[in-house]
Amino acid sequence: MLQEESDLSLIIAQIVQKLKGSNLYSQLERQAWASLQRPEIKLESLKEDIKEFFKISGWEKKLQNAVYSELSVFPLPSHPAAPPEHLKEPLVYMRKAQGSWEKRILKSLNSMCTELSIPLARKRPVGEQKELLNKWNEMGTDEPDLSLFRPVYAPKDFLEVLINLRNPNYENGDSLSFRTHLGLIQVPLKVKDIPELKECFVELGLNIGQLGIDDSTQVPPELFENEHVRIGQKVLAEQDSAAAQQYIRQGSPTALRAELWALILNISSQPEDVLYYEQLKTNVIQHDLLVDSLIYKDVKLTASNDDYYFVFEDYLYQVLLCFSRDTSVLSHFAFNSASPPKSYIRGKLGLEEYAVFYPPNGVIPFHGFSMYVAPLCFLYHEPSKLYQIFREMYVRFFFRLHSISSHPSGIVSLCLLFETLLQTYLPQLFYHLREIGAQPLRISFKWMVRAFSGYLATDQLLLLWDRILGYNSLEILAVLAAAVFAFRAVNLMEVTSLAAAEKKNHLRELKSMYLDDIVKIHGLFWLF
Amino acid sequence: MAGKVKWVTDIEKSVLINNFEKRGWVQVTENEDWNFYWMSVQTIRNVFSVEAGYRLSDDQIVNHFPNHYELTRKDLMVKNIKRYRKELEKEGSPLAEKDENGKYLYLDFVPVTYMLPADYNLFVEEFRKSPSSTWIMKPCGKAQGKGIFLINKLSQIKKWSRDSKTSSFVSQSNKEAYVISLYINNPLLIGGRKFDLRLYVLVSTYRPLRCYMYKLGFCRFCTVKYTPSTSELDNMFVHLTNVAIQKHGDYNHIHGGKWTVSNLRLYLESTRGKEVTSKLFDEIHWIIVQSLKAVAPVMNNDKHCFECYGYDIIIDDKLKPWLIEVNASPSLTSSTANDRILKYNLINDTLNIAVPNGEIPDCKWNKSPPKEVLGNYEILYDEELAQGDGADRELRSRQGQSLGPRAGRSRDSGRAVLTTWK
Repeated sequence: MLQEESDLSLIIAQIVQKLKGSNLYSQLERQAWASLQRPEIKLESLKEDIKEFFKISGWEKKLQNAVYSELSVFPLPSHPAAPPEHLKEPLVYMRKAQGSWEKRILKSLNSMCTELSIPLARKRPVGEQKELLNKWNEMGTDEPDLSLFRPVYAPKDFLEVLINLRNPNYENGDSLSFRTHLGLIQVPLKVKDIPELKECFVELGLNIGQLGIDDSTQVPPELFENEHVRIGQKVLAEQDSAAAQQYIRQGSPTALRAELWALILNISSQPEDVLYYEQLKTNVIQHDLLVDSLIYKDVKLTASNDDYYFVFEDYLYQVLLCFSRDTSVLSHFAFNSASPPKSYIRGKLGLEEYAVFYPPNGVIPFHGFSMYVAPLCFLYHEPSKLYQIFREMYVRFFFRLHSISSHPSGIVSLCLLFETLLQTYLPQLFYHLREIGAQPLRISFKWMVRAFSGYLATDQLLLLWDRILGYNSLEILAVLAAAVFAFRAVNLMEVTSLAAAEKKNHLRELKSMYLDDIVKIHGLFWLF
Repeated sequence: MAGKVKWVTDIEKSVLINNFEKRGWVQVTENEDWNFYWMSVQTIRNVFSVEAGYRLSDDQIVNHFPNHYELTRKDLMVKNIKRYRKELEKEGSPLAEKDENGKYLYLDFVPVTYMLPADYNLFVEEFRKSPSSTWIMKPCGKAQGKGIFLINKLSQIKKWSRDSKTSSFVSQSNKEAYVISLYINNPLLIGGRKFDLRLYVLVSTYRPLRCYMYKLGFCRFCTVKYTPSTSELDNMFVHLTNVAIQKHGDYNHIHGGKWTVSNLRLYLESTRGKEVTSKLFDEIHWIIVQSLKAVAPVMNNDKHCFECYGYDIIIDDKLKPWLIEVNASPSLTSSTANDRILKYNLINDTLNIAVPNGEIPDCKWNKSPPKEVLGNYEILYDEELAQGDGADRELRSRQGQSLGPRAGRSRDSGRAVLTTWK
C-alpha cells in the first residue's frame, strides 16, 4: 500500500512538473488573476472560490483532459532507481538490437548521401525559397528527379531484424514440443491470450452495439445508432477526454469523429499552435534536408497511387516536411526504445558540441511512412490541425510500430501476439502455411506496421483507429490480422505457395472487406 | 420457350460484348432479325428518322429514346427546363416558388444559360450586369470537352454577335450553335482540386416516369490545382474534368483521378457534418428527377426504348449541386482496372433491368422489374408508386420537413439514401 502511494505521488509530481511548463498552466494562471475581479470571488475563501470558478467555466475540465492525456502517454511505472534507459526499454538485448538497427539505418542514409553527393542539409538560396513558398500548396506538381533515391528501409527489411532477435538468457532447447513456438518471432515476451483479450476489450463483445456493424443495413437505427450518436454529441458537449475515449470503443459516428479524436488526443488549435506550425513551414522554406527527398519519394510511391488518398498528396508534403523539422518530437524518445540519430557538423566528427540530431525530429522515414498521415486527411483539412493530430498520433502510437521494444503495443509483441493467436487457435492453418513456406507473419507484417493504412477501405480503417484510440493500445492490429486469416481460412488452406497466398484475392481483397464481415459473423474474439 | 436473344452493336467495347456473351446471347448483324441493339447516337438518329421507315417489332429493344436529345443536347435541355419551370409557375405550383431576388427556390439547378447566336442580346444584357464574371462556351452537339472554352470579355465571342459582319448567320446549321453558361467559379474543392460527379441514371419509361440511379457513381478530379485566376482561364487541365482532357495531363492509371461517391460522402460527413451532406445528396436526386420530369412531356415514350444517361453534376463551395449536362452515350471506355469493373457491372445491371431474365424481350411488358434484379441500381423515382401517395408530400419535403421513411439503405454508397418524396 505504501509502495503504491509513493508511486502515485511520484507520478503526480512528474505530471505537475510537466504541466507547469505548458501553455495550459499560463492560461490557468491568467484566468485565475482575471477572476479576482468577479464578485463571487471573496478574499476569505479565495482558493475555494477560484476552484469553483474553474469548475463552472470549463477550465477544470481542460486541466482534467491534460492530466488524462499525460497519464495515457506516461510510461509504465518503474523503480525509482531505474536509469532513464529503462524508461525507453527495460530489456538490454532489445536495446542492443535497436541500437544496431539504428546504426544500419544511419549507415545506409550516409552512404546514399555520399553516393549522390548530396548534403544532409543545406540552406536554400533566396530564389529557391521564393519558388517553394509560391508552390507550397501544390508541391505535388514538382517533379524532381528521385530515381536515384531509394527508401532507407522497407518493412520487410525490418521484419528480418525482428526474426533474428534472440534473448541471450533464454534457452528453449532443441527438441520440438507442443509448446514450441512455430512462428518467426523467437523471443519470449508475454502476450495476452484470448481470455485476457476478451477482458481487456470487453466493449467489443457480441452483446454490445458497435458502429461498423450495428449501423448497417439490417439493423434499424433506433436500436443502436441513434442513441449512440446522441451520446457522442453529449460527450463532445462536455468536452471530457476520458469519456470520449470510453465512448469511442464502440466506434465513432462519421460526423463526430474529427472532434472526438481531437478531444481524446487533447488537441485544441490555439493561436500558438498555428504559429508553431507556421514556424516549421518557414524552416522548410529556408532549409532543404535530404530526408525531404525521401518523403517525396515515399508519397509518390504510396499515397499518390492510392485510390483514396491521391487527392490529398499536397497535404502530405505539408505535414511531413514540417514534421521532420519539429524538435518537440524529440521529447518522445524518453519512452521510445529508439534514439534520434546524431550527425556532426562537417569536419567536426566526434565532437559533441557540434553534434545535431538528424533529421531535427529524430525520425527517419521509411517506405510507407506517409500512409500514417493519409487517412487523417479525410478528417482535417486545416493544415496546422492536421499536423497536430498526426504528430500526437505518432508520439502516442505509430512510433511503436517501427522500433524494437518489449512494450505490449510494440511491433515485436504484436507479431508475437498474432502468431500465438494463429498457432493456438488455428493450428491446422498455421502449420499448412508454414509447410508451404508462407509463414503468416510474412503476409501480415506489412498490415500491422502500417496500422492497416492502405490495406483497408478508409471508412473501415477509421473505425479500426477509433479502437486504437479508445483502448490506447495497438494490440487490436494483431487481433484483426489474425481474424483476417481466420476469416479466409478455408481459401488459404488450398493455397500452395507464399506468392499464391498473397496474390490470390483472399488477402488482396482486404480493401473490400468490412470489419463487420469479420467481426459480426464470428465475433472478433469468438472467432477462435 | 423462345430462342436466344440476338444482339447487335455498333460500339465495340468489351464491357458490352462480355456482358452479351456471358448471357449466352447470339451476335447478329443489323440486317438480320435482332432483339437487342445497343446503338450509338448516330445510329438511333437513322433508325427513327422519318425516311428510314423503320418499324420495330414487339421483340426488339434499343438503348436510346428517339428524341433523347431533348435532354442530352445542352441547348434543348436548358430550353425544356425553362419551359417546365414556366409551366409550373403558370399553374401556381408551390414548386415554382421564387425568393425575393426572383430566383427559383427549388428549381434553380442549372446555371444561367443562353443559346448563341439566338440569345446573344439577352446574354449581353446579363453579362453587363456582372462584368467580372466568367462564362463557359460549349458547342451544343459535341462531347468529351471538345470545343469548350472560357471567356471573361465580350470581345472573345464577337463572332456570335448577330450584328457582326463576320458572323456566320447565314450558315446557321446546328453544328455552329453554342450555349453559354455562367461559369461556376467557386466549385467545391477537395485537396485544392476541382472535381465533378458522374452519375448513371437508367430510364425505362417516361410516362409514367420510372428511373433508377446507379449507386456507384464517381468523382472526376482535375490533375492540377484549381485557381479562378484569369491567367489560367485557358488551362483546360484546371477547369475541365473530362477524362478525355485530363488523360493528356499528369494522368495516373491506377486511380485515374477518380473517387467513388462513397469516398466523397465519407469526406463530407467527416468534415462538414451529416445533415448538410444528406441534404446535398437529396438535392442531387431531386435535380435529376426534375430534369427528367421536365423533358417527359416532349419525349417520345417509345416502348421499345430504355436509356442509361451519364449525368454530370458540379457542387459549389456552398454545397449546392448544379446540373451541367446529361450524356446519352456515357463513355464505356475504361481508364483503370476499377473503371472496367464498374462499367462492366453497370452494363450488367442495366441489362438485367431492361431485358428481364435475359430472355427475348416483349416490349409490352410493364417495365416493373422485381427488386432482386436491380443490382447496384436503386429506384430513384417511380411515378406510379408516387401517385399512390398524393402530391402534397412533394411540397412538404421540399420545404424541409421530415422526408418520411427512408426508401432503402445501402452500405456501398455510404448509405446514400433515396428519399420517397414525389
